[in-house]
Amino acid sequence: MTDKQNTGMWRRFKGLMLKNMHRMLTCREFEEFVLDYLDGTLGQRQRSMFELHMRICRECRDYLAAYRRAMAVSQRVLSASDEPVPDDVPEDLIKAILESRKQ
Amino acid sequence: MPDDRSRSQNIPSARVRAKDDVVAEEMVRANIGWMLALAERLLRDRGLAQDAVQEAFLAAFRGLDRFEGRSSLKTWLHRITVNAALSTLRRLKRLAEQPMDELLPEFDRYECRIEAPWSYLSPLESILENEELRGLVGASIDALPDTYRIVLQLRDIEGYDTEEVATLLGITEGNVKVRLHRARGALKKLLEPILRGEVRG
Repeated sequence: MTDKQNTGMWRRFKGLMLKNMHRMLTCREFEEFVLDYLDGTLGQRQRSMFELHMRICRECRDYLAAYRRAMAVSQRVLSASDEPVPDDVPEDLIKAILESRKQ
Repeated sequence: MPDDRSRSQNIPSARVRAKDDVVAEEMVRANIGWMLALAERLLRDRGLAQDAVQEAFLAAFRGLDRFEGRSSLKTWLHRITVNAALSTLRRLKRLAEQPMDELLPEFDRYECRIEAPWSYLSPLESILENEELRGLVGASIDALPDTYRIVLQLRDIEGYDTEEVATLLGITEGNVKVRLHRARGALKKLLEPILRGEVRG
């Protein structure tokens, strides 16, 4: 048996198992819960199902780790550009704003 | 909700109400810097950001009588600036539904996720300290369709909660959550070469 067939059989087995076993989530269902899991708004039962899936599924575990890292990176990169130096503020814009106020 | 970072900018409302030129100029000078930065983050364009900030100040001057000091001046101006930027995006028809299918997570016919193994995940600091990589991250955020990008920015970066983002955009909370999750997932896909250490800047 080639690796590819082996992987295909494993995925099929895994898919059937997650779909049919009690208290298991499929990867698609896991996907639906990601946001609420990170917001901390999942119920206890849903959270334990979510965490069980993560222990079983390498793909979802890897996915979530990269998803969280991407979130952290984008938050830090965008908020780093928060305060511009005062020289950046164009004096003519300030004048235009104060002028238009009087109209 | 954005925090009240600088109480020093919290001009007492009685003084603000006395439509005094000096107070108006003081208000503009004290706040225009961060308002421009905010508008530019949301609009990704300096010229559009300047126009939006001008609109925001006009709206603020008009609405000063209604500002009752229940929030800080900064919180109040923050929301007015966000609204001015959003109305710019609406005017440019950039908030319409946009497809993003190729950036969504993939599943096989057994509903199993398709995800290449991550043997390496680049540490946060090694990305942040590299100027070129930071530029690439910014470009990836720009590559998101505006309707997704704006939800991600308002919730993950500007600090509004789901309910507030729904109100600002005039969509349901469910829709905010769907868009936020898709935006983060899409960003994860766009940032993959950087996160896997394949691009080192």
